[in-house]
Amino acid sequence: MILTVFISIKAGLAQDKITPDFQLELQIENRHFLKEGLYPGQERNFFSLSARPELEWEWDDGDKGIKVSLFGRWDQHDDRRTHFDIRELYYQQVNGNLEFSVGLKKIFWGVTESVHLVDIINQTDQVESFDGEQKLGQPMAHMSYLSSFGTFDFFYLPYARKRQFPSSEGRLRFPVAVERDDLVIDSRNEEWRPSGAFKWSHYVGLLDVGVSYFHGVGREPLFLDLQSEAPGLFYPIIHQAGLELQATTGPVLWKVESIYRHADVQDFTALVAGFEYTFGNVKSSGIDIGLIGEYLYDERDELAISSFANDIFTGVRLAFNDVQSTEFLAGAIFDLEESTKVYSVETSRRIGSSWKAEVEARIFEEVAQEEFLYFFREDSFIRFSVSKFF
Amino acid sequence: MKPIKQIIIAMSLVIFLAGTVAYAQSAEEKGLDIAKKANKADEGFLSSEVDLKMILRNKQGQQSERFLQNKTFELIEDGDKSMIIFNSPKDVEGTATLTFTHKDGPDDQWLYLPAIKRVKRISSSNKSGPFMGSEFAYEDLSSDEVEKYTYKFLEKTTVGSESALAVEQYPVDPKSGYKKRIAYYNDTKGYRLEKIEFFDRKGSPLKTLTYSGYKQYLDKHWRADKFLMVNHQTGKETELFFENYTFKTGLAEADFSQNALIRAGR
Repeated sequence: MILTVFISIKAGLAQDKITPDFQLELQIENRHFLKEGLYPGQERNFFSLSARPELEWEWDDGDKGIKVSLFGRWDQHDDRRTHFDIRELYYQQVNGNLEFSVGLKKIFWGVTESVHLVDIINQTDQVESFDGEQKLGQPMAHMSYLSSFGTFDFFYLPYARKRQFPSSEGRLRFPVAVERDDLVIDSRNEEWRPSGAFKWSHYVGLLDVGVSYFHGVGREPLFLDLQSEAPGLFYPIIHQAGLELQATTGPVLWKVESIYRHADVQDFTALVAGFEYTFGNVKSSGIDIGLIGEYLYDERDELAISSFANDIFTGVRLAFNDVQSTEFLAGAIFDLEESTKVYSVETSRRIGSSWKAEVEARIFEEVAQEEFLYFFREDSFIRFSVSKFF
Repeated sequence: MKPIKQIIIAMSLVIFLAGTVAYAQSAEEKGLDIAKKANKADEGFLSSEVDLKMILRNKQGQQSERFLQNKTFELIEDGDKSMIIFNSPKDVEGTATLTFTHKDGPDDQWLYLPAIKRVKRISSSNKSGPFMGSEFAYEDLSSDEVEKYTYKFLEKTTVGSESALAVEQYPVDPKSGYKKRIAYYNDTKGYRLEKIEFFDRKGSPLKTLTYSGYKQYLDKHWRADKFLMVNHQTGKETELFFENYTFKTGLAEADFSQNALIRAGR
């Protein structure tokens, strides 16, 4: 197989039909935490630089291609956040209804906005994103088959990646600065314990549906006691079934995501369901106003790396549709049982033709002692960044 | 030509002539007839690909550019399938949309966000909003299916030196940003559009779209090299340039799937 891929690449490179494409994003960022850290050694202000180069070659009318996407960050204080990752490095080939890829890739699953329950193929880049939307590249062989009964996706994932946690100078960490390699995978093969996944997705009229199954190394670590010196974190071997549903009725999107996960020490279901209503082009101003409401349910109690057991998310999204593509998203998660509230703001605007400014804020209020977020209760922050695109 | 075909043509000619003699076509019927002829005249391109350059200009003359790519797959029974891929501004490079136009009911539309590799089904009901900050609304750029309007023929006139049939078009969809449009079809050149005047929901003149630099492809399909949209209410304008038109490009329906959308924005 590797040989045929190699021959194909060589044949492609021999032709002059290859269209190379290069992109680069350079970013300066400042994260400022509103309060002093709870744990010794934690800093308050973090300046950092990052680069995201991307290279792509395509040939045979785009039926064959190689994609490379790298990411690197330097952080002033947090030497765990100073990191480099190969986000994508894969070869892809399309034969009619069949698509085949091999290498490091990123796959997104899901329909909802507040949490991404179903999304499981890639490990989260924990030091990079609070919302879990930034992921580490996942080695895989991926086959996708398009039929009149929907799309069938098969994944073979030979290697599992562990999460990186902030260093002792960093914020949004546990009392003990957990080292990535302190966490073990519940298998004698460690990272080389292979995982597999399958997904069927289809669309009929206004309905989009996805049913998925994953078996292998869980992406979320389990912890036994984070207050102690030996927190006992590990990655369990899991089975996970996932469901995604979206109905698109006029200006309203109705969304449901649900998972059932089974491991030796854990068995639970989680659900998120809600809607997004968009008032388009309000009063012919060009501005779209979207209202988002989602209900979050999670059966897990103290074993969850999630604080959203019985919560409501509400959000407002503004898209100005102006020349500078100004966008704004504000949201709040309220716990229905505890006092915990999490507020967030994300906004961005293009400057000139190749610059972009972003502001992100996450504010934690009245975090209840029972919640996982209690460790981060003093870690409300504002992040400001400017990117230049080449 | 086979005899049966000759008979059919002769019969339809007789019916057509009898029809015109028997009763004068109403303005509504004539308007619809022109729209159908325009649609028919462009049938058979199967698929097309084109590169687009958009220049946005505000009242002060400040400019902003966008580069896009468009792929269309022709369907006769239902509306066309199309994909738009954004190449610039650089911060949105790789963003792409996939649209399945329907003759009846709302279109199906998906958006691909390359930064998080997410495909999102989006509502197509917000059609009156501006496309990428330009003077083109989403509905101005979607496939022109006959069923999306009702019609009324106005007059035979000229646009510049070209002969034109002016037809009023009333959007069927109440979500449209227009009360009506007046389209000018060139009856001597395959019913190609020379100009469209847009009227806002109150009926006031809003925008004018002028087509120029027409070329005929495959001895049949007329395509303009340039669209100019002028907004009379704001003084802003958007120029849209089309380059490297290709037809019957061998695209298949599988090239208009969600997988293809991800690959396009890869």
